Amino acid sequence: MPAVTETIETVQAATESGYKWGFETDIEMEFAPKGLNEDIVRFISAKKNEPAWLLEWRLRAFALWKTMAEPRWAAVKYPPIDYQDSYYYAAPKEKVGPKSLDEVDPELLKTYAKLGIPLREQEILAGVEGAGSTPAAGRMPIAVDAVFDSVSVATSYKERLAKDGVIFCSISEAVQEHPELIKKYLGSVVPQGDNFFAALNSAVFTDGSFVYIPKGVRCPMELSTYFRINAKSTGQFERTLIIADEGSQVSYLEGCTAPMRDENQLHAAVVELVAMDDASIKYSTVQNWYPGDAEGKGGIYNFVTKRGACRGARSKISWTQVETGSAITWKYPSCILQGEESVGEFYSVAITNNYQQADTGTKMFHIGPRTKSTIVSKGISAGHGQNTYRGLVRIGAKAAGARNFTQCDSLLIGDLCGAHTVPYIENRCATAKVEHEATTSRIAEDQLFYCRQRGLTQEEAVGLIVNGFCREVLKELPMEFAVEAQKLLQISLEGSVG
Amino acid sequence: MLKIEGLTAEIDGKEILKGIDLEVPTGQVHAIMGPNGSGKSTLSYVLSGRDGYEVTGGSATLNGLDILAMEPEERAAAGLFLAFQYPVELPGVGNATFLRTALNAVRKGRGENELDAMQFLKLARERMKALSMSDEMLKRGVNVGFSGGEKKRNEILQMALLQPSMAILDETDSGLDIDALKIVADGVNAMRGPGFSALVITHYQRLLDYIVPDRVHVLIGGRIVKSGGPELAQELEAQGYGAVQAAA
Repeated sequence: MPAVTETIETVQAATESGYKWGFETDIEMEFAPKGLNEDIVRFISAKKNEPAWLLEWRLRAFALWKTMAEPRWAAVKYPPIDYQDSYYYAAPKEKVGPKSLDEVDPELLKTYAKLGIPLREQEILAGVEGAGSTPAAGRMPIAVDAVFDSVSVATSYKERLAKDGVIFCSISEAVQEHPELIKKYLGSVVPQGDNFFAALNSAVFTDGSFVYIPKGVRCPMELSTYFRINAKSTGQFERTLIIADEGSQVSYLEGCTAPMRDENQLHAAVVELVAMDDASIKYSTVQNWYPGDAEGKGGIYNFVTKRGACRGARSKISWTQVETGSAITWKYPSCILQGEESVGEFYSVAITNNYQQADTGTKMFHIGPRTKSTIVSKGISAGHGQNTYRGLVRIGAKAAGARNFTQCDSLLIGDLCGAHTVPYIENRCATAKVEHEATTSRIAEDQLFYCRQRGLTQEEAVGLIVNGFCREVLKELPMEFAVEAQKLLQISLEGSVG
Repeated sequence: MLKIEGLTAEIDGKEILKGIDLEVPTGQVHAIMGPNGSGKSTLSYVLSGRDGYEVTGGSATLNGLDILAMEPEERAAAGLFLAFQYPVELPGVGNATFLRTALNAVRKGRGENELDAMQFLKLARERMKALSMSDEMLKRGVNVGFSGGEKKRNEILQMALLQPSMAILDETDSGLDIDALKIVADGVNAMRGPGFSALVITHYQRLLDYIVPDRVHVLIGGRIVKSGGPELAQELEAQGYGAVQAAA
């Protein structure tokens, strides 16, 4: 039976059997009321025409979530979150965005201007109502924008991908079109009960990306969400699943350098990567959600679970992240190195300015023999920002000859911020080799003066020095992303010195 | 032209410059000599606007502009260049990136168009060739792992690129062997002309054999105690600062 028919029948069966929604609504309604309960989970699943197994999967996640408590071990502070005070499916339209740019935080607009973003795109990014009815264009980073600036181009790229058998679509579409892949892999790297936020995401995720690269295919282009026509806005509970089959290769870009305004304070995404024998996945993120204002009011809570499984021999997963936004970042992109000689990498730049807090790092689980991991973390704290690197390197008894190299560098700007490094190393294998290096430094007055004597402003000087500090990580980014990221680092630190 | 009148300055409440009067006319190179602690480096930092050096009196103008009222980067754009005694390392910042950023910042400040990467590289290569420097220096981090001589040559390269109207060379000769000294001197001499003046700060007369100054000033105890022609440098070398101080 074709997948679509199957799901339609499932939904019909479900609705006919007469679930009590617990609220006055029907499948035609655009949004569910505030709050979270089993009925909301059923509503979301029904809205998306999901098969019965997926609804069961979500309900199991919800049941697990109810038994769990929010993690408190991270070095971040925030008031308790009222999970019943949020919309979990398409909040009512009139509450979503400002009516025009006049209502948007002027600081945000200044940043847009500095990044050189056209007015129309500014409206889309700031979430002004009615903006962005032309899909995709608004989320394109500037560098990419210049090359691929129309929907038709995006469409032709989709055709190009299809020719190689690459599947790249929204996760909802994949549930309908490729249920066998979803069923096999969803939750196989991050199970529903993995942690509080992953459980929440599993119960209520509404959007996200799906990628499948067939055996032996080298994906002909960098994939980014901009090419996904229906990806108008990023979901609050985004779910991404990327599978690289034997001998395939893919590079995936997530995010946007322009700060994105979002009324949803809590973001809890889950990203799962699976790499088979000799496959390689490169996942790059530039995260620039609204960080709140200079007094620390507002801003996004970004509680993300990202994990990749190197299932196959000689497979490789590489995470690169530039985290400049969000009021709070709680994020540990990790690698499970199962396949022999598989490789995990984590390159990270995290900036906290004003009252931002970041607790980020990685976990490298060495299971297979001769597995290798590299961790390079650059934390920059300014203003009252608090920046924590938290990492785990665990080497199992069978990981003979495993190797890890970790480098954690912290840069402090001003004397009110903090940098913390919390590395855990667990080694059960005598032939493994683990190295850890860490430094903490300040931007020295003589460095700033040297730059200013050569004509750079204080802010340009800070930007230049910080970019130098982050060079090892930035060079891992795809070129056009790296250029934008450099600009972003400087803008994120404006006003932090002098 | 650089004109300094009655300049006094202090660090942490301690007066270091006690009334400097000095004029460097356009097109001339002047040398300032003096023993350790006489205020030579302080003068260069006060003129270039480093934090922590407080001007308590007097004035300094460059081509008629009151530089003491400007931010350090504005002074740079106005044509003031300081070759550092201890050039600073900027880890991870490529030398080419730094030079181009600096050049474009100064050009922007002067209302000139900025150079793109290709235009810059062409210019940088020309200047480096003239200074007998290898391209390889462009690829390295700013001053990171440079020998003493390389650091000083890098300063001279920056000067050649930024084309200042007034350069202050703060003990550029310290730590240089004779070959490096010649290269540095050649770089400065190549700049000499009607639109360029320089203030060469040094302990020793050696550098002045290669950069022959129009005038020599002796700075002791925060004051200029004696001025003269190039022969004054030789006199100092022979008799030491003590003799000048006693005579003053």
